[in-house]
Amino acid sequence: MSLVAALSMLSSLGVPVTFVTPHVNYVAILPELILIGGALVLLVSGQLIFAKVPAAFYSVGSGTIAAAALVASLVIWRDVQARGPFTTIADSVAVDGFAIAFLVLVSCILILASAIANDFLVREAIEGPEYHVLALLAGSGAMLMASANDLILIFVALEIMSIPLYILAGMDSKRRESGEAAMKYFVLGAFSSAIFVYGIALVYGATGSTNLAQIAAYLSTNIVTSNGVLLAGLGLLLVGFGFKVSAVPFHMWTPDVYQGAPTPATGFMTALAKAGGFAALLRVFFSTFGMLRTDWQPLLWAMAIVTLLLGAILGLVQRDVKRMLAYSSINHAGFILVGLAAATSQGISGSVYYVFVYALLVLGSFAVITVVGGRGDHDHDLDAYRGLGRRQPVLALAFAVLLLGQTGIPFTTGFLAKLYVVSAAVRAHSYALAIIAMLSAAIAAAFYLRLIFLMYGVRLPSGTGSDEGALSLPVKGDLPEEPEPAGAAPRSVNLGPVSVPGPTAVAIFVTVAVTIVFGIWPAPLVDFVRAAGFLF
Amino acid sequence: MTSTFPYLTTLILLPAGAAVVVALIPSAQRRAVQVVGFVASLAVLGIASAATVAFTAGYGGYQFVASHQWISAFGISWSLGMDGISLFLVLMTGLLFPIALAASGDRAGDKSFVAWILVLEAGCLGGFLALDLLVFFVFFELTLVPVYFLIAGWGHERRGYAAGKFFLYTLGASAFLFVGILALVAIHASQTGVTTFDVRALTDTHLSGAAGVLLFLAFTAAFAVKMPLFPFHTWSPDAYREAPAAGSLLLAGVMAKLGAYGIIRFDLALFPRAVVTLAPLLLSLGAIGIIYGAIVAAVERDLKRLVAYSSLAHLGFIVIGAFALSREALTGAVLQMVNHGLYTAALFILIAVLYKRLGTFSVREMRGLQRRVPVLAGVFTVVMLASIGVPGLNGFVGEFLILAGTFLTHRWWAVAATAGVVLAAVYLLWAYQQAFQGKPTIEPGAIRDLSWREGLTLAPLVILIVLLGIFPGPLLNRIGPSVTQVVTHVEVVAHQRPPQVGAPGVALRSGGAQQ
Repeated sequence: MSLVAALSMLSSLGVPVTFVTPHVNYVAILPELILIGGALVLLVSGQLIFAKVPAAFYSVGSGTIAAAALVASLVIWRDVQARGPFTTIADSVAVDGFAIAFLVLVSCILILASAIANDFLVREAIEGPEYHVLALLAGSGAMLMASANDLILIFVALEIMSIPLYILAGMDSKRRESGEAAMKYFVLGAFSSAIFVYGIALVYGATGSTNLAQIAAYLSTNIVTSNGVLLAGLGLLLVGFGFKVSAVPFHMWTPDVYQGAPTPATGFMTALAKAGGFAALLRVFFSTFGMLRTDWQPLLWAMAIVTLLLGAILGLVQRDVKRMLAYSSINHAGFILVGLAAATSQGISGSVYYVFVYALLVLGSFAVITVVGGRGDHDHDLDAYRGLGRRQPVLALAFAVLLLGQTGIPFTTGFLAKLYVVSAAVRAHSYALAIIAMLSAAIAAAFYLRLIFLMYGVRLPSGTGSDEGALSLPVKGDLPEEPEPAGAAPRSVNLGPVSVPGPTAVAIFVTVAVTIVFGIWPAPLVDFVRAAGFLF
Repeated sequence: MTSTFPYLTTLILLPAGAAVVVALIPSAQRRAVQVVGFVASLAVLGIASAATVAFTAGYGGYQFVASHQWISAFGISWSLGMDGISLFLVLMTGLLFPIALAASGDRAGDKSFVAWILVLEAGCLGGFLALDLLVFFVFFELTLVPVYFLIAGWGHERRGYAAGKFFLYTLGASAFLFVGILALVAIHASQTGVTTFDVRALTDTHLSGAAGVLLFLAFTAAFAVKMPLFPFHTWSPDAYREAPAAGSLLLAGVMAKLGAYGIIRFDLALFPRAVVTLAPLLLSLGAIGIIYGAIVAAVERDLKRLVAYSSLAHLGFIVIGAFALSREALTGAVLQMVNHGLYTAALFILIAVLYKRLGTFSVREMRGLQRRVPVLAGVFTVVMLASIGVPGLNGFVGEFLILAGTFLTHRWWAVAATAGVVLAAVYLLWAYQQAFQGKPTIEPGAIRDLSWREGLTLAPLVILIVLLGIFPGPLLNRIGPSVTQVVTHVEVVAHQRPPQVGAPGVALRSGGAQQ
């Protein structure tokens, strides 16, 4: 109203006004709109319908909204496959296979996460729609990151995704660590956002545009002779992205935040931030700055190597499962960077495939950790997993499959993901990177296996010695704490059976099924990812 | 030989399917688990035997070839095939698994134990049959998981340490194989435009000298650790020692052969020039392994570790046979892989039998057992003599062929290896002397001799040990043509001419080994 008033005032003063609003193809951004609109509806609807809102209402609502976004994404996918990619809203949104692949992924993440969150919220007696609303908003941000075709929009999307995630990390007001995690995540995240914006400014200064297509066009028609500003801008963008995807050396927040955040939020955050962060990172670096690949490739090569090794090595010495998976997620980020460092379309497909696979693996893993964590969300020591294989064989088996998937054992999706990115690296003649990546996978296998061994290995025939052997993988000497004396009861962790609520069980089952089915029969997922091409 | 029955796919899927079935049986039904597991492994043996009967002797190429698209986007296909080199390894695998289950006693009712054994069987058979490099790698890797769980779940005191060391060591080495496979496929694709993992197609890849050597080293790193070959063996004494009887038996009997098989099937076929260049290195490592293994075994008082080191020595022979690049030596190496599987399995079973009675693996705590358990001592003697390589038992045939063949092409390595034969007699006879002879410390009647069940478990092994020692012809007839193909391929590609030996005593070269 005020805008119209201002415009009419200006025109009455005789100032010529041409206010052109861009054409908006609403169908093209329907999934994002569904998520944002749905989140707002969810926020108010519960209070309007019920006197006391059952928790399941919000979860079902959130799941339904995400499912609607999934359907919308698939409709657009078919459209794009039939008629080719296009841009909309003044070229700031790209609707191409790459973007929609991520829309599909984010929708799936949201559906699974709402099921897992439901049981957690009930268990911890966290009421209200906020958790789900924030998750949906973060999801819309991740979707926008994947489809953004303009650096400014990428920044906006980054914030839309990140701010709800900061809050989600602090959702569990009963645990002090949760608040600490939120604070840490927020402060460091705000820093990295600022650096990111600075990067945008420099790139704009160097190329005269923030639009990705125009930057690419500029770079392909002009040779930037003194390219210091451009490269500095690129480097700062990499810092911003590196923070989101927890690539070394911008990973410092990862273990603390993973440990402190409510467990289902950790899983959701990992899956979503990796999806959104890598979507934008891959698009900006490969598609937009592809001309400069000789400049950024060495940087990513080095980043991939330190990320791979640091994640794998520091993961070995963790006793807290959430911290352990935090370092594991750093290692996986390294693998995804391997695909990008190859800077070939095979490498990009590999990275996308890896993100898909990893997002589901990590969601399922944190769902198991949520369940084992028990009321109060604190049983995350390795000891809580001691003998899980006997107490809850099905849950332990599911976790073992998810961990083996992350290890990259054949006949799980994780194997093909590693094969995909590493073969891209080999094709690009970065043999050293390929070998280091596989060695880091072997190192990381040690801590996945330790967990599996704890779940199954405490099966001693009576009288053949102590339990001590159970923990004595070669990494034992590095453990920060003294292992308890032989035969002593484990510390105050709950070793009774934990309840696995239905929706979480279904979510875990889905992730496990995907891991195995597409591990044995990978063609559909591979074809889907290969069809997900860039606009330009 | 075309056959409508998909022998090879069945050989892999049957144990895998049986593992799933076993996993679905309620764990209280121990009897059902035991029966299903044993019957399934016997069925695999049956199919392997049927395939052996249907196998056309005298033809060196792949038979029963199965080929199906798997991941077409990567050029990965489910390609399986069997030739004279893999035939008897498959048969031996089929034989050793039911024996391992039978030798496990009560554990054969443990649901997850049996399931893991069956998964391991599928993995090993897949490794021996795969013609697609990635399928081979998948199975090669897949075997780690069941073995890890077998050691970690049912092993002895330091099982966690041993299982972890084994897993990480082999997984780390596989990283090189993995990258090597991908690099070879990439080179092949850049030359032909076809992305394929099929080993038959990749054989034609033109590799520059350096590329060939590097790829050879990457492949061989994984195989050398898996075997193990000196100096990559440090995981094996721990793993063999801490694994349950069935685990040690399968580790040494079958899994180690995956490494040796990889060398013969892939190294020799894919990198003939690098093989010729680096043969002296590998021969030396093999010879060092023979002598080092024998010396350590001579001072080792723990029976299981002793067998681990003796395995190191025997696998050294196999490596020498593989890299001597003569038909006789390679035939001997293939035969020795089977022989070693048979007598090592028997040794581990006997050691497990002793452990059950005495609660120790240490020969220091055994004395004069010959008087108390004469049948056991007799069987032990036969198996031990086979392991030493006494003529008339199976160990002799393989070792003799290897040494004779190596003498033709690499004389001094053959001389060094022969010293290992003598040392083998030293350590085994010492151990026997200490444990079985002397004044018994155990009261008569305090220790049971072999039970009929243990006897039945050992019987097929002992029979084969004697039979193959006297009558190895049927094996050699089938191994020979395939070995000839491999050696010819190496000679042709590397421009190596067959060895010219003037000495009249060495008439073997003309093919005496294939009789």
